[in-house]
Amino acid sequence: MPTFPATAAPEQRAIRDARHERLFRWLLKGCALIVLAALLGAAGATLWGGREAFATFGWHFLVSSEWDPGNDVYGALVPVYGTLATSFIALLIAVPVSFGIAVYLSEVAPTWLRTPIASAIELLAGIPSIIYGMWGLFIFAPFFAEHIKPWLTNNLGNKPDDGKLSWVAEHVPFVGKLFGSDYPFGASILVAGIVLAIMIIPFISSVMREVFQTVPTRLKESAYALGSSTWEVSWDIVLPYTRSAVIGGIFLGLGRALGETMAVTFVLGNAMQLSASLLDPGTSIASTIANQFSEAAGLQKSSLMALAFLLFVVTFIVLLIARLMLRRLASKEGR
Amino acid sequence: MTDSALATNPVPVAPAATVAPKITVRDLHFYYNGFHALKGINMDIPEKQVTAIIGPSGCGKSTLLRIFNRIYAIYPKLEAKGEILLDGDNILDPRYSMNRLRSKVGMVFQKPVPFPMTIFENVAYGIRHHEKLSRKDMEGRVEQALRNAALWDEVKDKLKQNALGLSGGQQQRLCIARAIALKPEVLLLDEPTSALDPIATGRIEQLVEELKSQFTIVIVTHNMQQAARVSDQTAFMYLGELIEYDRTEKIFTKPGKKQTEDYITGRFG
Repeated sequence: MPTFPATAAPEQRAIRDARHERLFRWLLKGCALIVLAALLGAAGATLWGGREAFATFGWHFLVSSEWDPGNDVYGALVPVYGTLATSFIALLIAVPVSFGIAVYLSEVAPTWLRTPIASAIELLAGIPSIIYGMWGLFIFAPFFAEHIKPWLTNNLGNKPDDGKLSWVAEHVPFVGKLFGSDYPFGASILVAGIVLAIMIIPFISSVMREVFQTVPTRLKESAYALGSSTWEVSWDIVLPYTRSAVIGGIFLGLGRALGETMAVTFVLGNAMQLSASLLDPGTSIASTIANQFSEAAGLQKSSLMALAFLLFVVTFIVLLIARLMLRRLASKEGR
Repeated sequence: MTDSALATNPVPVAPAATVAPKITVRDLHFYYNGFHALKGINMDIPEKQVTAIIGPSGCGKSTLLRIFNRIYAIYPKLEAKGEILLDGDNILDPRYSMNRLRSKVGMVFQKPVPFPMTIFENVAYGIRHHEKLSRKDMEGRVEQALRNAALWDEVKDKLKQNALGLSGGQQQRLCIARAIALKPEVLLLDEPTSALDPIATGRIEQLVEELKSQFTIVIVTHNMQQAARVSDQTAFMYLGELIEYDRTEKIFTKPGKKQTEDYITGRFG
């Protein structure tokens, strides 16, 4: 048996351990606090920077659609609407498609195909947004303007090229307004929403796929044994079982869509005008800031800061809604 | 099935043939990725009785059970050859409707697996796939199924609560209720008590006893005492073959084969 040093040693060791332990805990706490500090710092800085705009325009800043640097009058309604509308369209497209991808990869696809497609999705998530923006600007928006937009305005919109209102535009409320436009180019709220959808599909679908794989086999087998089809197993069993993670994934994608700057700036048209039509250009909070920051000073700069603060608020509210939705669903299931 | 075919088979395909067979298995082979897991199984499962399948791990007993409702078919590269006749129709025929099969043959798995829904919805879920019922009829069916599964008194006041809040034994009885709510003709139980404590196990066994007047029950178990307690006939399988199949009483008192005797006396397994 090897000899140990004198009896004092273990005690020293205990003291040292306790010190290390304390130090380590402080270190961990510090790491976690950085997140909080960064969040509060950014929110505080934008609020402070925007104080002039808030003080000048008050609540009017939120509800006014005017953004006129010439007369130094600013309102946030157009960019806020653009941000919400593009993100909402993006989710409307991305969520069902992602669900389809995830169900295919976790339930239907042959094993040899699963890994390549899953890796492809991860690669897609890694493409810088500027590339999506360029693709949107040079390829998709022109294609959209030439092939898709005419069909939409003629068959759904209230400003058809030939002047003849379609049945839908005449009888279904709002649809005519949504798709009516005489703006000749592709860049619009709808195109931005579609490009955003393509950007967030990889995020949402890879989260969904991962959590779908955690559903116990025996749970799915039980449903199959009752006569369920693949669709029913996915919709009734897999989705409710993974509900909170799926909603988390959707809101991860939504968070990205809300704040996305480059791609949206390229395909949104950057027009400070409020239009009910999805085919008209608009602007978003992030792209307004990106477009105007370099030349802004004084009240305009402060208004941009105030916009940035609003983006925080919008994101926060969206996350809050997500929480509430989860709680609502949980109580509906008797938990 | 002709007499000459029977004569060439060394394993008795049916014990005392007093009851008409509900399920007839003929020359059934099963392959997992090319591995020969079941090697020529022949057996008759009589109607409204309990048939137990016992054998050591890996003998193919669960595999056999999982063919009876073709649940194996949700996985790729699994293949069954031969015939399984349910009331005379071959269920392995691809033309046999999966929906029809699954409404006729219910299954309960090893571990209790309630769906992530309320207790009521757990039972109603399967019924909805096969029948359109009014709200009132549905409530009646759910109650009847829960009563049949000896669970009604324990859950009648919390039907709207999540099923995951039930104890393991209650969850397993809920799974049985869910299966019998479809009014199947055959009930497959795949080691239904292996995850339960002795008291919950006792209740399930009692339930099996009660249910056999309505259903043809096939139970896979690694617990020989359980097979002896609940079943009318017992099949002993080993390495993918049906070694012996006879009345339970006979298997456990005067087994005809050395291997069966070794297994039930605990010499291997």
